[in-house]
Amino acid sequence: MKFLRNIVDSVKPNFQKGGKLEKYWPLFDGMETFLFVPGHATSKGSHIRDGIDLKRTMITVVTALVPCLLFGMWNVGYQHYLAIGQEAGMIEMLVYGAIKVLPIVVVSYGVGLGVEFGFCIAKGHSIQEGFLVSGMLIPLIMPVEVPLWMVAVATIFAVVFGKEVFGGTGMNILNPALTARAFLFFAYPTKMSGNSVWVATDGMATVDGFSGATALGNAVEQGVAGVPSFMDAFIGFIPGSIGETSVIACLLGALILLGSGIGSWRIMLSMLVGGYVMGLIFNMWGANEYMAIPAHHQLVLGGFMFGLVFMATDPVSAAQTDLGKIIYGFLCGFLGIMIRVFNPAYPEGIMMAILFMNVMAPTIDHYVVEGNIKKRLKRIKVTA
Amino acid sequence: MQELVNIFVKGIFIENMIFAYFLGMCSYLAVSKTVKTGVGLGAAVIFVLGVTVPINYLLENYLLKEGALVWLGEEYATVDLSFLSFIMFIAVIASMVQLVEMIVEKFSPALYGALGIFLPLIAVNCSILGGALFMQERQYSTIWEATSFGLGSGVGWLLAIVAIAAIREKIKYSHVPPALRGLGITFILTGLMGIAFMSFMGIEL
Repeated sequence: MKFLRNIVDSVKPNFQKGGKLEKYWPLFDGMETFLFVPGHATSKGSHIRDGIDLKRTMITVVTALVPCLLFGMWNVGYQHYLAIGQEAGMIEMLVYGAIKVLPIVVVSYGVGLGVEFGFCIAKGHSIQEGFLVSGMLIPLIMPVEVPLWMVAVATIFAVVFGKEVFGGTGMNILNPALTARAFLFFAYPTKMSGNSVWVATDGMATVDGFSGATALGNAVEQGVAGVPSFMDAFIGFIPGSIGETSVIACLLGALILLGSGIGSWRIMLSMLVGGYVMGLIFNMWGANEYMAIPAHHQLVLGGFMFGLVFMATDPVSAAQTDLGKIIYGFLCGFLGIMIRVFNPAYPEGIMMAILFMNVMAPTIDHYVVEGNIKKRLKRIKVTA
Repeated sequence: MQELVNIFVKGIFIENMIFAYFLGMCSYLAVSKTVKTGVGLGAAVIFVLGVTVPINYLLENYLLKEGALVWLGEEYATVDLSFLSFIMFIAVIASMVQLVEMIVEKFSPALYGALGIFLPLIAVNCSILGGALFMQERQYSTIWEATSFGLGSGVGWLLAIVAIAAIREKIKYSHVPPALRGLGITFILTGLMGIAFMSFMGIEL
């Protein structure tokens, strides 16, 4: 530690005012505070000031994502060996998954942080840590076979148009990771949906009966017969985006987020209820096979849980008021299941529903606040 | 009945005037600085669309389209006046907007002041004429369907302008780069919101 400190201290004068690398101060500052706890707290960005600073918040969320990442890596390997019909051990699967997944993570972080550094230097403010989480979320919601350049393009789009044009971390309207996903989904639909992108086969021959479709892709065609059993989907032995398949891993993340108070329990709970209610409505309606999937089963398929824990609870793009959070969460779940079932072209309805609710969140907040003002005015009038 | 509800919901979400067709952008961009004026203009648009689309539907079916004049007598069955539809539709719209203007001025002078020139400009709001022309193109079978379409499109427009107004109120506190402040960021926002609204596209009702 001492050694690192000495190095940092020795190069510091170069970056300070008057030094020859003055322009790159944000870069240096970012690195220094990443390595050592700074003596100052975050002073910018629209978050509540507390003992916790932005960097700590972000690292907590990244920690919460680790179970999803690890399980995702393992599942990539598991699906791969399942598809080509070979036996493999736990470690082999994990290693194969890591080889597939880590490049996506590296590209996402490298490109995203590069863009962030560029903006910091151009605008002359210190580095904002928001991308630490987005950079981890982006790989986890990609199909495993996504080309790396697409990850790079989507990341650039998300960081520039989703975040930096609004002024950076804490100012964005839409969740940057979902923006990246939606951008790819609409720009390169063939690489983001269909049956050939979810399971890595490396062009090897696959076993008979292998389809490669996600659970939701199957559900459109075959209804409840086509989806994996509740337990499989709960643990996560199903094809899908890298990090979204396991409900258990998501719940572990949820524990960390809720325990540290970073994720909002209001959003999580109400979104769960919303999805369940919509599932029940469909069960009663039962117009086609897809609608007949039991409500609790709907909740463990696809990205519902991942979206619930990590996407909908994004403290920046979600609703800010308590009542607003409940309405927002409920509609996220409700619309998510609805789009998924109604719109076979978008099996990943959760992503679209959360994006849509991100757009509507300020409106919800506005009316909740207005309602409060009215209520209080009335109270004044009654007492006076 | 179900058909009417479908058309209504379609008008709000799936065929949203702003995010699916990008119609009526001028007042949408100009009046969306606060939610309050946004709601006022949105309500005016709902009213105008809800009234002009059915009126234009009647004009279309009993006056303009080929064979519409058959109620006058058999010899008019081949008369096609549809080349007059633009001018007829616009005349109806303009008179309705005049009416709205008088009503708003009488009952809510504050809103009248806030909307300013954009209230009379509803007459040339593309979404209104767009509504009439979509009605013509889609050939709704009853006047109720046309009304439901008009009201649904209006509600969709209101939803869009309220959503962007709330967002614009929120990003007042953001450090938007100076070059993008105002219209620039609003255009980017509209694009991003369009992506979010694409979630509904392709749903068959």
